[in-house]
Amino acid sequence: MPQQKLESVEDLAAKAKALRRDVLLQVYKAQSGHPGGSLSWIDIGVALYYHEMAVFPEDPANPARDRFVLSKGHACPAQYALLADQGFFPKAWLETFRQYPTKLQGHAENHYTPGVEVTTGSLGQGLPQAVGIALGLKVQKAAQRVYCVIGDGESQEGVIWEAAMAAPHHKLDNLCVFHDLNGLQIDGDVKKVMNINPVPDKWRAFGWAVKEIDGHDFTQILEALAWARTVKGQPAMICARTVKGKGVSFMENQAGWHGVAPKTEDYEKALAELAD
Amino acid sequence: MAGMETAGVGGKVGVVMDSLRDAYGDTLVELGNEGANIVVFDADLAGSTRTSKFAKAFPDRFFNMGAAEQGMVAAAAGASTTGVVPFVSTFAMFATGRAYEFVRQAVGVGHQNVKIVATHAGLTVGEDGGTHQCLEDLALMRMIPGMTVLSPADALETKQAIRAAYAHKGPVYVRLTRDKFPRIHAEDYRFQIGKAVMMRPGTDVLLVGCGLGTSICLAAADLLAAEGIEATVLHCPTIKLFDRETLLRLAKAHRAVVTCEEHQAHGGLGGVVAELLSEAHPMPLRRVGVQDQFGQSGKPEKLLEAYGVTPQAVAAAAKAAL
Ligand SMILES: Cc1ncc(C[n+]2csc(CCOP(=O)(O)OP(=O)(O)O)c2C)c(N)n1
Ligand SMILES: [Mg+2]
Repeated sequence: MPQQKLESVEDLAAKAKALRRDVLLQVYKAQSGHPGGSLSWIDIGVALYYHEMAVFPEDPANPARDRFVLSKGHACPAQYALLADQGFFPKAWLETFRQYPTKLQGHAENHYTPGVEVTTGSLGQGLPQAVGIALGLKVQKAAQRVYCVIGDGESQEGVIWEAAMAAPHHKLDNLCVFHDLNGLQIDGDVKKVMNINPVPDKWRAFGWAVKEIDGHDFTQILEALAWARTVKGQPAMICARTVKGKGVSFMENQAGWHGVAPKTEDYEKALAELAD
Repeated sequence: MAGMETAGVGGKVGVVMDSLRDAYGDTLVELGNEGANIVVFDADLAGSTRTSKFAKAFPDRFFNMGAAEQGMVAAAAGASTTGVVPFVSTFAMFATGRAYEFVRQAVGVGHQNVKIVATHAGLTVGEDGGTHQCLEDLALMRMIPGMTVLSPADALETKQAIRAAYAHKGPVYVRLTRDKFPRIHAEDYRFQIGKAVMMRPGTDVLLVGCGLGTSICLAAADLLAAEGIEATVLHCPTIKLFDRETLLRLAKAHRAVVTCEEHQAHGGLGGVVAELLSEAHPMPLRRVGVQDQFGQSGKPEKLLEAYGVTPQAVAAAAKAAL
């Protein structure tokens, strides 16, 4: 099927709610995986896949596609939910997540899964690959854009800041990155584990055009994406304040739900909270 | 990943299953209580590697560097020059892969007294998949001049290996795992760096293992015995500072050798044994391990089966070699 597009923020929000259920389905069936960080960026993902980007579910490698890189690759259940719903592969695959043999690996690998551009999961490796994609497109004068999501814990990796230098140096205005600022990583509060603040100032100092938004407010996400298209001569960074585990009350702001799967009782409770 | 526990591979009625990483965390605390001048570094995986136990007991001697493995290894190398003995922990993929060149230069070339203890090595990482299953850490670490490389099999041996690493002057790499492994040693077992231990005497074929590989060899020896083939099982927890003498002495008394490890079949234990035998005593050899492939997601038991790292595979290799 062709790409589904959604215009209104109400439709986008309804889609995000449905896909949150698909995230939990995968992690529940596998009894393994990362619910917290998947739920924190899925609203951004819905805005990208249903409103912003051109993608071709029946022809994933179509050169006219915009590119997406999930740098925080552990949060791939959200990407798999998006790709399945867009028709890149059958929804039934979601139930095979992380179980041998499966097309949906624990961290996204491009040669397994249609619609996944590059391999991520080792923190810090997605953003520099996105920079490379943007360079490759630019040198060929291609009009397609590159989108990327990085985590706040992930941005402790030194290589993130190598990419942070390279993108403005090469004037990559075809690159738009979301910094998913949910405030948590595995061992707890980002601030306590290894402080990364002040985040927006860091990106500005490296030469990026920066906007700060609420990463769960579709009006703000869409406005920021429209703004990013107007940025010329430098890359765009959208610092998105988010809630880890967003949408499931008992997972919200809990580092403990970073990489733990819900048991049946919690799964059912979560589904009830996410019912239409 | 973090927080998920499984029964462990090879779990059978009557077999005690050991967590190597819990043994590691407990031993760090013991060393701290004994006044050892250690500091511990982790990279946002303290809960998973169990350095969190030490962090709780000795918060001022614990440094969480965030998700920043390269800088963590370099910082540990620097710290070691001040007289403290740094233990550095994260997953094997990031300790030996991401930080490789820092381990080689700052720790290796620098001859620094740094102990790298990595958990979540091998196929038994399971569901996290190929990007997280480090199948080349033994090879990478073994190539660094002066690096001692250890791959213990159970909790008792891990505790002693950590103490031995602390007592040893110079860089040490210790390979630990996420999954629980069957206990193979009796309470009176004494681990020594550089010493291989005979686990089962036989006459026909020599099975050589490290880490989980030794449990697999022991199970394979049972399978072979049922067919009238008597296997000797040699456990080699030291991969570098390898016990050449014991291996060669036993190899000469058997008609074939089979190695087993949850690592690439080349480069690790299989590599050590192949290099040694081909120079000193050429003889039939088979290496059981991952055959030049990446790992993938699945339960540890399923992956070991899919990649042919099982007692059946070791037994078949032994018969093919004899
Ligand atoms: C190089 C590397 N180091 C460590 C890990 C283990 N790890 C997986 S997720 C994570 C924390 C990431 O935190 P963050 O980027 O904030 O993710 P989010 O909160 O969005 O889930 C860590 C340390 C990894 N995958 N890669
Ligand atoms: Mg985070």
